[in-house]
Amino acid sequence: MTVNDQNINELHHGLAGEVSRFTEAWRIFKKNKLAMWGLIIFTVFFIVAVSGLFLTTGDDPVLDPAKVRLSEKLLRPFASVDAEMIKPGDRPLFGTYLLGTDDLGRDIFARMMQGAWVSLTVGFVAVGISVLIGIVMGGIAGYYGMYRIKFMHVLFLIAFFCALVFLASGQRGLAVDSLLLSLLFVVISMIYNYVSLEGTKGPVTLSLLFFDTFTVDTLIMRFVDIMLCFPSFFLILTIVAILPASIYNIMIVIGLTSWMGTTRFVRAEFLSLREQDFVSAAKVMGIPDLSIIFRHMIPNAAAPVLVSATIGIADAILTEAGLSFLGFGVPPPHATWGNILSDGKRFLFDAPWLTYIPGLSILVVVLSFNLFGEGLRDSLNPKLRKR
Amino acid sequence: MNGTNHNILEVRHLKKYFPITRGIFSKVVNSVKAVDDISFNVKEGETLGLVGESGCGKTTAGRVILRLDRPTAGNVYFEGQDVFELRGEELMRFRKNAQIVFQDPYSSLNPRLSIGSIIAEGIGAHRIARGIKKKEAVAELLEKVGLSAGHYHRYPHEFSGGQRQRVAIARALSLNPRLVICDEPVSALDVSIQAQILNLLAKLKKDLNLSYLFITHNLSVVEHVSDRIATMYLGEIAELADTAEFYSNPLHPYTISLLSANMLPDPKYKKKAIILTGDVPSPINPPAGCRFHTRCPVAGEICRIEWPELEEKREGHLVRCHLVDRFDPKPPVKFDVVKEI
Repeated sequence: MTVNDQNINELHHGLAGEVSRFTEAWRIFKKNKLAMWGLIIFTVFFIVAVSGLFLTTGDDPVLDPAKVRLSEKLLRPFASVDAEMIKPGDRPLFGTYLLGTDDLGRDIFARMMQGAWVSLTVGFVAVGISVLIGIVMGGIAGYYGMYRIKFMHVLFLIAFFCALVFLASGQRGLAVDSLLLSLLFVVISMIYNYVSLEGTKGPVTLSLLFFDTFTVDTLIMRFVDIMLCFPSFFLILTIVAILPASIYNIMIVIGLTSWMGTTRFVRAEFLSLREQDFVSAAKVMGIPDLSIIFRHMIPNAAAPVLVSATIGIADAILTEAGLSFLGFGVPPPHATWGNILSDGKRFLFDAPWLTYIPGLSILVVVLSFNLFGEGLRDSLNPKLRKR
Repeated sequence: MNGTNHNILEVRHLKKYFPITRGIFSKVVNSVKAVDDISFNVKEGETLGLVGESGCGKTTAGRVILRLDRPTAGNVYFEGQDVFELRGEELMRFRKNAQIVFQDPYSSLNPRLSIGSIIAEGIGAHRIARGIKKKEAVAELLEKVGLSAGHYHRYPHEFSGGQRQRVAIARALSLNPRLVICDEPVSALDVSIQAQILNLLAKLKKDLNLSYLFITHNLSVVEHVSDRIATMYLGEIAELADTAEFYSNPLHPYTISLLSANMLPDPKYKKKAIILTGDVPSPINPPAGCRFHTRCPVAGEICRIEWPELEEKREGHLVRCHLVDRFDPKPPVKFDVVKEI
């Protein structure tokens, strides 16, 4: 059979009807006004946060969020500097306090700039951690969920978990013992696998230890249920109270306590996708499991994960603000939107901008993430593409 | 048929029970006997039609043969090799040689991949070609199934059902298989498109010397494409015969009633359809004795008690029925329960 030359030509130059996926998604996204506003606000927030990082750090920052000027306390927004009281080097940018000052005379604009970076990184890192855990756990539960766990593997899991608990509670010796025990179980499993691969029946005592218990799916999803039983904010509060106060600890803790939703999403998507004919067709063609997961399943499961991730960023920003508001967040004098809000609440009637500015900022940023997420979901749906 | 008697696929006593489980430790309380002891061969270059109503286990049989599901018991031999024993290289060779075309062209193509990359995937995985050679191979396949090479970068949603089915066929052919399992490949398409796809399948079979296992519920379709036909009822094979024999001289009451219900596009054609009463019994607890006896218009005492074997009643004509000998040599076209339509 010969192939039409012109068609081959088109093929080589990649002309025929080729529209890149990104262009198509962008075309649909542009139509959604709210989502565009979400994207614009997100972009502005991103620029503010990054420039905030550079402008507020260093030995002599352009905007000094920690500079105390007691004579200038609780000034309203756009108040100008009293030139007689303040030395030229201590004056804020442009000679005005764009967003006013707090009870110590610190420039709220500078503090907001510094806090934006905290919110941005907390949002992204925490959600990055939770989405990563969620995809892995949900993917395993959805794709390999029907496999039974053998009794020996349960023993291994228990020993390994004990090792982690002992390590976390500082009992090194017991941790090492548990770890060695779990290693022993691994070795026994390997011996058993080797023996059963050879085709001969292993010793009866050995095979007794390998009866089937529950499924992988049961293990993971019940663990998710257990995690969801904890009131997550108080769990985070407890952990943060134990751990040294640091922004990285907060990110990690928020990430480690918010992966359950993503796990459920991914599992549900995987369960429905693995029964789809195109996955069966790929299996029949001998495509390896990992390739099926990454080429066929994750891209089709991405939309709800992406949406839950953007909403998760909003949640993480809120959680961090809540923690800072309660005084468990990033240690002072570092500013975050939450602790500006917290400091401002005492002056709600004298200086309401101290509350409204960080509060509205949190609202707007969280809202923009939600709108952006929704728009993203719609634009990534290939069925809405132009025919 | 190309005259060779070499069996490309042998299915021996294949069973697939789906367990019904309960509780946290998934205790097996019962099982759905989707496929219950079926055996047949597909010869090289032959098309074997597998007919039956919904839920009789035809699709499950196809999936188990391709190792998409593990069988409960029984063996499948492809080119003499036990399919379920294959590992590594040999398994990949089987994967290359046996392919499937699914019923629903809307769910059988990944909506996020372009047509070109869908077809190219297997070619890449089996290292048949790469780079521009791979693209050319895909373009050739597209032309072979009646699409144009310019469709390479299009996405599945831009195509109609018939075109999608052509893409699915191109994907199945991309690895140069010897056996293609067609799982109701035309059931989701309208009649004019059905004819196109069937003609395409017939042409490809001749050109590429393929063997088909053609699973369908449509008797007109199966007559058009098959060399031999097997009827399935409740997970068992009820009758297996050459196409001509199957249509001129059906022996099993189930086959006879199926054929009597099949319409022909001929206004002069008048026929008495045998309307089966009742529903298909549950495959969880299939009836004792002959599985068809609950609905069989001619069932006798023995049918309720004794399970019939699949026996060769004529040359190459296997039937699972106690009463065949009673109405031999003439098949009973007139049953007691007959309704004129």
